[in-house]
Amino acid sequence: MPRDARATEAAGTTGTGKMVEAAGTAGPGGAGGAPEEAPDGRDEQDAVARLRSAGLRRGAGINAVRMLMVAAWLGLWELSATHWIDPFYYSRPSKIWERLVGWFTDGTSQGSIWEQISYTLQEAVAGFALGAAGGVLLGIVLGRSRFLSEVCAPFIKAANAIPRIILASLFVIWFGLGMQSKIATAFVLVFFAVFFNAFQGAREVDRSLVDNARILGAGRLQVLTTIVVPSATSWILASLHSAFGFAIIGAVVGEYSGADKGLGLLINHSQGTFDSAGIYAGMIIITVLALLAEWLLTLLEGRLLRWRPPAAGHDAQI
Amino acid sequence: MIELSGATKRFRSARGAVHTAVRDLDLTVAAGEFVAVVGPTGCGKSTTLSLVSGLEPPSRGRVLVHGEPVAGIPGGVGYMFQHDAVLPWRTVLDNVATGPRYRGASKREARERARDWVARVGLDGFEGYYPHQLSGGMRKRVALAQTLVNEPTVLLMDEPFSALDVQTRGLMQDELLRLWSGSGAAVVFVTHDLEEAVVLADRVVVMTAGPATIKGSFPVPLDRPRDAEEVRLTAGFLDIYREVWDSLREEVQITRQRGAGRAA
Repeated sequence: MPRDARATEAAGTTGTGKMVEAAGTAGPGGAGGAPEEAPDGRDEQDAVARLRSAGLRRGAGINAVRMLMVAAWLGLWELSATHWIDPFYYSRPSKIWERLVGWFTDGTSQGSIWEQISYTLQEAVAGFALGAAGGVLLGIVLGRSRFLSEVCAPFIKAANAIPRIILASLFVIWFGLGMQSKIATAFVLVFFAVFFNAFQGAREVDRSLVDNARILGAGRLQVLTTIVVPSATSWILASLHSAFGFAIIGAVVGEYSGADKGLGLLINHSQGTFDSAGIYAGMIIITVLALLAEWLLTLLEGRLLRWRPPAAGHDAQI
Repeated sequence: MIELSGATKRFRSARGAVHTAVRDLDLTVAAGEFVAVVGPTGCGKSTTLSLVSGLEPPSRGRVLVHGEPVAGIPGGVGYMFQHDAVLPWRTVLDNVATGPRYRGASKREARERARDWVARVGLDGFEGYYPHQLSGGMRKRVALAQTLVNEPTVLLMDEPFSALDVQTRGLMQDELLRLWSGSGAAVVFVTHDLEEAVVLADRVVVMTAGPATIKGSFPVPLDRPRDAEEVRLTAGFLDIYREVWDSLREEVQITRQRGAGRAA
């Protein structure tokens, strides 16, 4: 895209007179190069095709090695569990797989697995949404107001220093065994993760962007919605990735400390019956959920940050 | 149109010391006049613009725009910053439409006016591009259109072309003169490049080494319309250049010696 952009710029500027001359002086060099343009273009296409197939091969290679590592790991585990270690404590891949299949076909000790998943997911999503909204709101307000941020700084630091996971026990007492107590736990975990990023993002808005907007006629609210919020968006989105993980942790730990449904309860129950395969199976389901959420967030991020230049070396992403 | 009298601006530095950026500025710019302000690096040229734009209030003295004391940002002021101030998350068209949108135009009307200005700065066909997809010169064109779409009667420019390469700069200077001519806007153009100042302006104002005040004011007796590349080669250009440089050189040397003193 930048290539034709520059070409058209040259074409566009020839209109203003001066540039006709510039184009003229560029003539000798340009004229010699012009006839070779076509074969050059084909060469370039070939090069692009070669690079693409090399890239595909590399991708396939990476995937193959990954599969091999997983297969080796699972194979070794299965083998050790058969010969050397006690599968009662450490379980084994085949047994975990059996437990997963069993959960999905026959249901769990607590009822249908889908019900447990949906319960935990609802708690996590609600906690995530509320926590993210609250974090963004307070982060941006404090990020833009020096006075408020100085007033609130010690309280926020103290609140952040509390081991918040312990609040889950308190919330069970406050809100009972239902969903509310888990949503509250997810909320406090998500809130701080998002808050600090939103705060930083709102604080680091480019001054000249704000000045420019003011000169162009923006009021305070317009500066906030058209300059501060979009500037902080990339900071906020970065925090949302880890925040959804926190939301799930909050929901599961909440269920752990007392619940009548959910994946955390299932894991807790597995622990109570010395069913290590059940604990692993619960872990796997939660991991899959978190990865799905991560994927959705990446889609959202790509959509919201379309304006950003593509990151350099994005194939090395982790 | 613009009137500064005895305007002084002091800042408190992080360590609590008081730093005077400009002192006792007296400057009047008439409607339709193009004034270039030159001075040694870091002498307070930009501060002058922030006083006129209302971004900073003066510590002492008076600043009038359109005969009114400046309080907040005066109407009809446009300001082009040294660094890109285009919004990276908006397309070229929406960037240019920003000003009219802030001023209450409907989305459709704002875009229509923006489309017109995008074409006027020679960017038609790039309406849907994002700033990062454009070259430095093209981003400057976007910034220029973004400022001019509001039809400012006072145009403040803070070394807007300093980051461009020499050819692109010449081009943008021509473009600016073309768009300004006939607009009747008063322009204050800050630059450290004397050549640029003489090429563009009706009058060149020289500032002293910081804390800056105005040292001299030199009318530029060159005809308009000017061709930014051609005019540099005329005898008249050299004469006025030499005259202003004689005045500016002292200040540049003072600044340099201070820099050397600090380094030693």
